[in-house]
Amino acid sequence: MTKITMTVNGKSYSGEVEGRTLLVNFLRETLSLTGTHVGCDTSQCGACTVHVNGQNVKSCTMFAIEADGADVTTVEGIAAPDGTLSTVQQAFQDYHGLQCGFCTPGMIMTATKLLENNPKPTEHEVREYLEGNICRCTGYHNIVKAIMAASGQEVTPVAAAE
Amino acid sequence: MSSLARPLPHDAARLHVTGQARYVDDIPTPAGTLHLAFGLSEVAHGVLRGIDLSEVRNCPGVIDVLTAADLPFDNDVSPSAHDEPLLATDRVHYVGQPVFLVIADSHLTARRAARKGRIAIDPLPAILTVDQAMEANSRFEEGPRVYEKGDAKAAIADAMHRLTGTIEVGGQEHFYLEGQAAMALPQDGGDMVIHSSTQHPTEIQHKVAEAVGLPMHAVRVEMRRMGGGFGGKESQGNALAVACAIAARHTGRACKMRYDRDDDMVITGKRHDIRIDYDVGFDDAGRVAGVNFVHKLRCGWAMDLSLPVADRAMLHADNAYHLPTCRIESHRLKTNTQSATAFRGFGGPQGMVGIERVMDHIAHHLGLDPLAVRQVNYYSEAGGPSAPPPPPESISAKMKTEAVQTTPYFMEVEDFELHAITAQLADQAGYAARRAAVAAWNADNAVVKRGVALTPVKFGISFTLTHLNQAGALVHVYSDGSIQVNHGGTEMGQGLFQKMAQVADASFGCGIERIKVTATDTSKVPNTSATAASSGSDLNGMAVRAACEVIKARMAEGVAAYFGCDARDIRFVGGQVSDGAGREISFDEAAQRCYEARISLSSTGYYKTPKVAWDRIAGRGRPFYYFAYGAAMSEVAVDTLTGEYRILRSDIIHDVGASLNPAIDVGQIEGGFVQGAGWLTSEELVWNGDGRLRTHAPSTYKIPACGDRPDVFNVELWSEGRNREDTIYRSKAVGEPPFMLGISALMALSDAVAACGTGYPDLQAPATPERVLAAVNKVRRG
Ligand code: FES
Ligand code: FES
Repeated sequence: MTKITMTVNGKSYSGEVEGRTLLVNFLRETLSLTGTHVGCDTSQCGACTVHVNGQNVKSCTMFAIEADGADVTTVEGIAAPDGTLSTVQQAFQDYHGLQCGFCTPGMIMTATKLLENNPKPTEHEVREYLEGNICRCTGYHNIVKAIMAASGQEVTPVAAAE
Repeated sequence: MSSLARPLPHDAARLHVTGQARYVDDIPTPAGTLHLAFGLSEVAHGVLRGIDLSEVRNCPGVIDVLTAADLPFDNDVSPSAHDEPLLATDRVHYVGQPVFLVIADSHLTARRAARKGRIAIDPLPAILTVDQAMEANSRFEEGPRVYEKGDAKAAIADAMHRLTGTIEVGGQEHFYLEGQAAMALPQDGGDMVIHSSTQHPTEIQHKVAEAVGLPMHAVRVEMRRMGGGFGGKESQGNALAVACAIAARHTGRACKMRYDRDDDMVITGKRHDIRIDYDVGFDDAGRVAGVNFVHKLRCGWAMDLSLPVADRAMLHADNAYHLPTCRIESHRLKTNTQSATAFRGFGGPQGMVGIERVMDHIAHHLGLDPLAVRQVNYYSEAGGPSAPPPPPESISAKMKTEAVQTTPYFMEVEDFELHAITAQLADQAGYAARRAAVAAWNADNAVVKRGVALTPVKFGISFTLTHLNQAGALVHVYSDGSIQVNHGGTEMGQGLFQKMAQVADASFGCGIERIKVTATDTSKVPNTSATAASSGSDLNGMAVRAACEVIKARMAEGVAAYFGCDARDIRFVGGQVSDGAGREISFDEAAQRCYEARISLSSTGYYKTPKVAWDRIAGRGRPFYYFAYGAAMSEVAVDTLTGEYRILRSDIIHDVGASLNPAIDVGQIEGGFVQGAGWLTSEELVWNGDGRLRTHAPSTYKIPACGDRPDVFNVELWSEGRNREDTIYRSKAVGEPPFMLGISALMALSDAVAACGTGYPDLQAPATPERVLAAVNKVRRG
């Protein structure tokens, strides 16, 4: 067992981990931050995406020990401390960018990073950036729409009320 | 204004975007919780000689290991025929079958230890393919099921034209993003509380009760949400919940199990693959005189839900087309593979692909526009959407027998909407112009060929097992005016909970923020049906409304007494309760006053679907309350050198009746279409010669990614939609029907491939680039 320390969502945490403990397990089990989901266990679905030192990382692909000393953000750290949703979160809610919601935390993290790097992406760029995040429910249409809306670009509203 | 029919977001959207929404694996566990994993068979068929578990037991952290001999009561997790042991007994029947159960102090310890078991098996010949099963007569039921209308053989023989062919359609992995998971919490007296990611809490309760030797009243199952289900959590969650309960009983500690993704794909059942042989007779216009279908479905090793799935395939062999004579023969084959199970559409998609393939083949043979051939075969429209209410019984009954056409199972098609939907879609999406443009493109381009197709969907709504068409609800109004709604349906992302809140709001007019829909719970609403067959809103919506209306009537009495007016004058609107003549109090105050006046503010509600009755053996009657309709037009581009392709554009008009929530319904249509197109294009399951599934992770099994959806994607609800039957606010079920809109992608690919030469593409599904390339070569050979 090795002692590690990392900053998660602005708070410093320490814990004992085995060398083989994955970051996702450290977050979910040791820190009880269960918003980060495990969809495939093998770095393909993106449900476990978090930010480590400002980079998108699939947390099922990184050892907790590798994140020793790192600054980690999970989906629980995206909204403002007073609960105000980020633009991306708000857009996923308003534009129906989720159904079962299991992919949603990973989508939010990936989309947040995309808009940090590229504040006005084209639809094509959005789709390309999301290639590592699988959604089985929505067909992606409203996810792309939500991200376009979050970037301040015009999208048609979803089935506006009659 | 009530929230009904408004495009409100998913009820838990805020929880999802902030990571607060809890799934089974996220529920905080009690100290000392144990974790489980199965040891799996590596052999497709064989006699179990012995299991050496010494190495498993020696792993640090392993508490115990159980085999079939250790199970205290019933060793069965089947939803149907009692033929599915939780742990293998004397034989193993597929690669991946659970043989022993490891109980350990962590998920990973359990999984690692499970790999150390030594299972001795004497292999027996395995039946893996359709041909092997047919040859060995390995099947469920005594022989093929046959539905017959008229003399198809004679009609085909007498017809001007005749075609025969075969299409094979692969299975499909559900790939619910949240894998199977369950947790059992032992209670005093041996009672169990179960959390399970399941579409069918009552069945979990039932199977757990049998497995721990208790009546159903000793087991409570709670289910707040699933991370996707798609049919894959109708019966496939039984094994985990039962294993957890048995281990919890055995150890006295909370026990939890989740399948790792690879295990999930290897252990659990998938969509049935099917081979369809067809023989069709038709005239110069492409009008079908008779058709003969032979369905051969691989059902896997246990019965599971295969009989109703295969029935539904037969019941959709007509799709939208009137078949004057028809014969459908259905073989339900028993094979040494995963036990195929429910998957969105439940056999309907398989049946429908058969007839769509026939339409495509006829059009190619006659050189006609495929849409024209489809339309000439459509059921006649018995009264349009704006048809006046039917005349009095005696007259309408008489008129009907003459005017209304019947399905191959003799059900009258009284609500056909597809003439109008198709015309509108063809017009809006520019069918004629785009076919011409595609033809021009194909004339100019040798390598990249385009194709376009417009296909309809007519999907029957109701459980075909008639007694399942019932639902219950439990509604409480609290003295502060807040409302708790509970019903038998489960939330798997389809937005059922939000729709149910909207239904309750429509009764109480109290504002949706006062309503909370709580986790499905077998102790609140008993004896529920699975949330399946697209029935969630139809059944539970009526039950919720029934419960609300009972309470509302009582509250009206109470408030009327307070106002000193007639209860019939009381109105519930905009969060107020009024006498219609100026006196009003808030809903909250009304609740408080009713409570003080000792009026019960709690009620159950119950609903059963009317009109449905049929004989599944004879294939006669009315299995469905009504039909849902839709149509999709897709355009594709195929690289004929590699077989690779893209869906360029899809346009959809879909009938959801009068929508309860248009945003949720549009989402179901978009997601359903993409999933359906995935089934028929990129999603390929491959077993090797030993019966081992080789595609057991997303690395090898390709579900649509974000870049795979059509570049242009227009989805619209049918503006005239209004259910002609008396469903909840005249809405229609939406879960499954849009899945089959994906067939348009397969037919567009067939159209593009056909542009390569004179032969018929004979495209098989899933139409992977390899299969497309094979079809291109076939067409080129002529
Ligand atoms: S769980 Fe990490 S990518 Fe799927
Ligand atoms: S919303 Fe279910 S996987 Fe994306």
